[in-house]
Amino acid sequence: MADPNIHRPMALQETPVILPGHDFETVTETIAEVPLSKRFPLGWIGIFLVALGLFAVLHMALGYLVLMGIGIFGTNQPVGWAFPIINFVWWIGIGHAGTLISAILMLFKQQWRMSIARFAEAMTIFAVACAAIFPVFHTGRPWLAAYWLFPYPNAMGLWPQFKSPLIWDVFAVSTYATVSVVFWYVGLIPDFATLRDRATSTVKARIYGMVSLGWRGSARHWHRYEVASLILAGLSTPLVLSVHTVVSFDFAVSVIPGWHTTIFPPYFVAGAIYSGFAMVLTLAIPVRRFYRMESLITMRHIDNMAKIMLATGLIVGYGYTMEAFFAWYSGNPHERFMMWNRMTGQYWWSYWTLISINVVMVQLLWLKRVRHNIGLLFVMSLFVNVGMWLERFVIVVTSLANDFVPSSWAHYTPTRWDYMLYAGTFGLFLTAFLLFLRFVPMISIFEVKTLLPQGKIKAEH
Amino acid sequence: MAHTLEASNALHGVMAEFDSGDALVDAARKTMASGFTRVEAYTPIPIEDLNTIIHKKRTVLPKLVLCGGLTGMATGFMLQYWASVIEYPLNIGGRPLASWTTFIVPSYELTILFSALTAAIGMIALSGLPQPYHPVFNVDRFSMASSDKFFLVIESTDPKFSDATSFMDSLGAKGVYDVAE
Repeated sequence: MADPNIHRPMALQETPVILPGHDFETVTETIAEVPLSKRFPLGWIGIFLVALGLFAVLHMALGYLVLMGIGIFGTNQPVGWAFPIINFVWWIGIGHAGTLISAILMLFKQQWRMSIARFAEAMTIFAVACAAIFPVFHTGRPWLAAYWLFPYPNAMGLWPQFKSPLIWDVFAVSTYATVSVVFWYVGLIPDFATLRDRATSTVKARIYGMVSLGWRGSARHWHRYEVASLILAGLSTPLVLSVHTVVSFDFAVSVIPGWHTTIFPPYFVAGAIYSGFAMVLTLAIPVRRFYRMESLITMRHIDNMAKIMLATGLIVGYGYTMEAFFAWYSGNPHERFMMWNRMTGQYWWSYWTLISINVVMVQLLWLKRVRHNIGLLFVMSLFVNVGMWLERFVIVVTSLANDFVPSSWAHYTPTRWDYMLYAGTFGLFLTAFLLFLRFVPMISIFEVKTLLPQGKIKAEH
Repeated sequence: MAHTLEASNALHGVMAEFDSGDALVDAARKTMASGFTRVEAYTPIPIEDLNTIIHKKRTVLPKLVLCGGLTGMATGFMLQYWASVIEYPLNIGGRPLASWTTFIVPSYELTILFSALTAAIGMIALSGLPQPYHPVFNVDRFSMASSDKFFLVIESTDPKFSDATSFMDSLGAKGVYDVAE
């Protein structure tokens, strides 16, 4: 394919997807040296210890929860759904960016996806793992909850209620987790073969050899591989759109004011991608610096991710506007009160913080200067993560704390165990992500090679 | 680079090494044009043309995935129908037991789940993986096949194999090696 920059004037040229100076060998070397190195960088060890500390907090919180039951949470009537569902939706949403990058951008043949797809997919898998903790443990007795979540022949002769969105969610999220892992692993097979062939220690060569399944890169292998990847991308695309749609059904199918709206599915999906790209930026910016991957994850990637964040942020902003408009236009006093209560009620600060982040601050991304300011972009990505968490807080808590009957209104305050469980999932996420960075090629070696001039094999002679 | 045909009874084939994908594609075309039939190419990146040149046939994987997906959809729907209508009917507000619209989401998810698993497992199984040992790994230079070198092998089962080494020498390869069985 011709370089799209050739016919453009200098001023309009974009940063290339891969900086010049790379060939097959340097790409392999740059990416493979991280998992194959014998040394654990000090910075990595430092962050890993912090991650393990938080991971220990997760174990404490879960241990105490199983011991005492869900009374340790702030969740109570009328706010019967609180931190666990907020954190579940937040983590699941973050995962969506990884699938968008690896599947949807693959179908659109976006070449810049290749350098960031691998670790964005890793982020997806670990985010879904963190999300899964909440629905599994929010009952306090997860071993008793299995029979109404999963259809298996149990001794009581009971079957799940398939007309409930919560069961749909079980199917959507478990399919999403499985397919994400499968897609990720399939992408890794040729790269594990590269690590096997370059490993200097027998142990590493054996382990990478086993997980590469004996991949040889024959013409037949590659043909099947490319067909399988395309099919998996084609399957993951409707899957990822369905997951947050089904998550939004958990709310939209109910009759609570502020939940019972038809705009929820698209608005949830856009919000998920928005927060996911923020998380990819939060991870990519320090990682590319620390591992000196700037020539593979270039400003082009950062700029494009910021643009997607802006685009999806605008959709989210449209969602907020429509929520407010329909609350007024419906003429329904409960709907009107719900919106007014969000803006001026006991949780007004959470609503206005989320508006200032997700609607106001995100407009800065129109400016190229902002998109190219790495430090500022990193801080903004953290804010977006906060903003999207608050969005779910506003949806879940404000609608429940002040519902139909004023006599049952109450104020919800999370307990320290709510916070510890949430912080603990960061421990799980960071621990898994750091292990991934250390032992798995964080960028797809073979895909990046296809971007190089010598990777473009002429079709016909 | 030295190669001998003394041990040819225990050979998997003859392997030629190339520096670029273009050179390999060229060599593969010539090899097929010269009437060799048991040929395989090994590359660090996917080259779609190679399969067309060497093997000509496309994989059956997409058809398997379609079957997998239909099986998933049927499984999802029948599971829900059986559980909600036959095994454990619950009358809630007189709503119909077989309300198929509410069965859509799990059926849809299982369609995707079964399709994706078929695609991945099918790709691995059709390629004969996992396969820890393969003769091509006996060639030391083959470790570069996952890095930046391109290899072409004429297998010893080829009816014209006796001509293979001299033919490979004529291709202008960077090196020609015997592949022990």
